[in-house]
Amino acid sequence: MQESTDRTFWEYLAYISENHSPLDFVLVWDHIDRFLWGTLLTLEITCLALLIGGLLSVPMAIARAYRHRWLNFPIWCFTYFFRGTPLLVQTYLLYYGLAQFDAVRESFLWEPVLSSAWWCALIAFTLNTAGYTTEFLRGSIVTTPSGEIEAARACGMSPLTMMRRIVLPSAFRRALPAYSNEVIFMLHSSVVLSTITLQDILGAGRWLNGRYYLAYEGFITAMLFYMVLVFIISRGFKLWEKHWLGHLRQRETDDASVTAKAN
Amino acid sequence: MNIKKLFILAITLAAFSAGAQAEKLRVGVEGAYPPFSWKEPDGTLKGFDIDFALEVCKRLQRECVLVEQEWDGMIPALLSRKFDTIIASMSITEERKKKVDFTVKYYNTPPGIVAKKNAGFSQSNAGLKGKRLGVQRATTHQCTAEKMFPDAELVLYATQEEVFQDLAVGRLDAQISDSLQVSEGFLKQDMGKGFAFLGEMISDEECQGIGAGFAVRKKDTLLRDSLSAVIKGIRDDGTYKKLNDKYFDIDIYGR
Repeated sequence: MQESTDRTFWEYLAYISENHSPLDFVLVWDHIDRFLWGTLLTLEITCLALLIGGLLSVPMAIARAYRHRWLNFPIWCFTYFFRGTPLLVQTYLLYYGLAQFDAVRESFLWEPVLSSAWWCALIAFTLNTAGYTTEFLRGSIVTTPSGEIEAARACGMSPLTMMRRIVLPSAFRRALPAYSNEVIFMLHSSVVLSTITLQDILGAGRWLNGRYYLAYEGFITAMLFYMVLVFIISRGFKLWEKHWLGHLRQRETDDASVTAKAN
Repeated sequence: MNIKKLFILAITLAAFSAGAQAEKLRVGVEGAYPPFSWKEPDGTLKGFDIDFALEVCKRLQRECVLVEQEWDGMIPALLSRKFDTIIASMSITEERKKKVDFTVKYYNTPPGIVAKKNAGFSQSNAGLKGKRLGVQRATTHQCTAEKMFPDAELVLYATQEEVFQDLAVGRLDAQISDSLQVSEGFLKQDMGKGFAFLGEMISDEECQGIGAGFAVRKKDTLLRDSLSAVIKGIRDDGTYKKLNDKYFDIDIYGR
């Protein structure tokens, strides 16, 4: 321990971290910027996919719920395909699979879109989340209480107005808890990004492991980042649900109901 | 989580000798790095590393189990005792020596950069600035690329085969890897038509080390020494040349 007295505190910390700590935290800290950039990329693609996929899913859910003569079956095929196959395979197919065809590489879509891992990922993620969102939104529309629809008709609303003012707002509200799951699943699925060369959170972790031949430092750091994100998302949805579904909550104003619950 | 399944392939060798009673030697191999190791459609492993491993087992008179492992989990898998040694073209470097021990080298070839013929940029940090440079994750080439070409846009892959695929379809401007492996596994194949080395082979001992050896856990000095002795024996009695000439035109042992 004689030599350690000559070192600065920071050097000493680095020494402990490299030689005696189960996790080399100083090394992780030195490269924390990579994880922050990774977080940005993860959030960017996840959010864009959820946004575009969500917008796509509304008309598709309506067509499915009302069993549109021409659209119902194709949309069913679409959702069945994207829900029935793993996202990893879909992304690989788009990124590695399509690139094998000369026709694709010579098409006008290659240079700006299909040659880029970022776009391939966004397309695969968007279609995937659109598939899932369509189906539970359809379920939500189908189960709209008939009383609400009767009331809307009694007020003389046209089908379009009824859809806009009664059915969809009500369906969105009831679909919200399921949607929070979809958002978290999507975030978890986004680790697929690192398999097609993108430097997302897991990509940063794998870079760290690869650069310093480590077993788990990169993974554990990535895990902590995902945990924080999931925590923020689920908190956010709790607040949103409180705001949107407030009218469905049981009222606990008078003492009788409180004691009834306690029993 | 990317925890890879281990595909286990048992190969029985020299089962009659007294040595066969020793414990099985589990050897970590990659299987996605032709011509050093690759997997046939029927699942059997082939290549220089595989032949070398089998020859080593024969001389040690031990039964061997080849354990297939993805590259970026190779050292962690050795440390967690999924196998006892790595025979997978792993370069002996100072950085890796912090984690594992190495035998003497069994071959040594320099890395090189490959790009389209007449690529229009030079093999320098300035020339590769902003270019997409592909590299296999957790290789010595990742270290070299980050040190010598910090301004290039580094694109990381899990296997060398994926690097070749993306270079061939034009998603990468260049790639850096072992010169011999890229020449045999890519330039001489259909996929590599129209591609060539961008410049001279790169020498970078700090990242690249002194050649490829077998890795063992730090405490297994006995195993390390007996493996080293076997490598020297294979080199000295001419068996090396036989294994070498099956795959390569040049002697890959190096200086």
